[in-house]
Amino acid sequence: MSQGNMRLTLKVWRQKNKKTPGRIETYPLEGISPDMSFLEMFDVLNEQLIAKGEEPVAFDHDCREGICGMCSMYINGRPHGPKDAVTTCQLHMRSFNDGDTIVVEPWRAKAFPIIKDLVVDRSAFDRIQAAGGFISVNTGNARDANSIPISKDNADEAFSAAACIGCGACVAACKNASAMLFVSAKVSQFALLPQGQPERKMRVERMVAQMDEEGFGSCTNTGACSAECPKEISLEHIARLNREYLGAKLTSEKV
Amino acid sequence: MAVYLDYAAAIERYGKGEVNKLNIHDATAEQITALGKAVVKEKYGNLFDMYKQITGEDPYEVPMRIYPAVHYTMGGLWVDYNLMTNVPGLYALGEANFSDHGANRLGASALMQGLADGYFVIPYTIGAYLANEIRTTHISTDQPAFVEAENKVKERIAKLLAIKGTQSPESFHKRLGKIMWDKCGMARNADGLKEAIAEIQALKKEFWADVKVLGEADEFNPELDKAGRVADFIELGELMCIDALNRNESCGGHFREEYQTEEGEALRDDENYMYVAAWEHQSDSKWELHKEDLVYDNIKIAQRSYK
Repeated sequence: MSQGNMRLTLKVWRQKNKKTPGRIETYPLEGISPDMSFLEMFDVLNEQLIAKGEEPVAFDHDCREGICGMCSMYINGRPHGPKDAVTTCQLHMRSFNDGDTIVVEPWRAKAFPIIKDLVVDRSAFDRIQAAGGFISVNTGNARDANSIPISKDNADEAFSAAACIGCGACVAACKNASAMLFVSAKVSQFALLPQGQPERKMRVERMVAQMDEEGFGSCTNTGACSAECPKEISLEHIARLNREYLGAKLTSEKV
Repeated sequence: MAVYLDYAAAIERYGKGEVNKLNIHDATAEQITALGKAVVKEKYGNLFDMYKQITGEDPYEVPMRIYPAVHYTMGGLWVDYNLMTNVPGLYALGEANFSDHGANRLGASALMQGLADGYFVIPYTIGAYLANEIRTTHISTDQPAFVEAENKVKERIAKLLAIKGTQSPESFHKRLGKIMWDKCGMARNADGLKEAIAEIQALKKEFWADVKVLGEADEFNPELDKAGRVADFIELGELMCIDALNRNESCGGHFREEYQTEEGEALRDDENYMYVAAWEHQSDSKWELHKEDLVYDNIKIAQRSYK
């Protein structure tokens, strides 16, 4: 990791667990390179804390390539920080200035309880996904390519929905802590493709029911979710989700 | 040790193609460039965005600087054709198993094996095992095998927490990475590998004597998690060096500097090394080699050449 000379003041949310009250702690930090990612900057902080015998800041991370959806920091009042279409792991310190004070908080939502420090429990998303975010076709042998024609428009639109990495930034950004953008992306990616048709109605009904059960808020079409989404998932998917849901409710026989 | 990857020529070529398609006869250079960039964006937009974000340089405007890096660990757990490991009932899918990627794992194929195993193999093979288990009821965790395994894990956790040394798990991880990068990278040689094995064994000793793991066992503790992983990485690193030292040829991602053609290409030794190897853990720093011969009935083995 390259050495640098940025000096920062970090204000970081520390919380031992769900039951213990949390607080903001202030940490001065030196020697940060503008080429470091935001998470690498936290690695430096943690090494310093460990050297002093203090517990390092717990934060979620995995691939550090912007694909896995694990990183989840609320930086200076914005999920994944100041840059558009970028996850925290792909945010680099050159996006900040020497001498900056940076405030880092966890995702805040009733349906995402705190586990420790900046780590929240996002298993509600897994349960929504498990409720209907799948297809159940028998695969058999590999098919010939192009045996099911799919228009380029539909393929592109399904792909743009499937780009959702399930990080939860949409929930964190929303004043209502609504999960509509996430659910709409997961419903859209299947609704637009032939493989998603068999369970189409059941899927949207079950996923919306699970979303409500998890305690996410309602959608008021504010659009903060889409504006803060690192994968730029469009609000059009929410419109599609509403159409899918209405259609399913009007015509389906059972849930 | 980076090389430049310049898209300027490709942008111009794509741009001219687009101009032709659109029947523009008096296209300006700017138009061609703009149309060419749009084609590149459609093909590689997400990768270009990622590159720009990491390096702070715009690959549409300046050549990309690329260098070889460790991609994934090639190989994995031994499995049979049904994807079951040597532990009955334990299946390994995707790149956790060794089956499709051996010595050579082509880039950008990360999803291939996961999809193939998950989509086309396991739905049809796991039933054979589950069919015999359908009447098996709840298995008690009082069984000696479970108790033994649980105690082993608990002992290991207690041991890690009790060391209370001076160096973080992360610092050991970095040092291990440096040894592996320097001496067990894409090009390796016998001397380097022997040094690496000795250095890793010393690092292992130091780890188990001086690692500093903060926090407690019965809470969410990423440091403890990391310490356990680094301990595993140290063992895997040692084994990778032993394996690389054992295979006296160059093959796929394993390039032994001693074994190359005059032109610097990989030189295989099919006489002695045409096998897939699996190492069975015996005890600390001891593994036993099992070999499975590679038998080709329908193709003729040849040297791979990119020329």
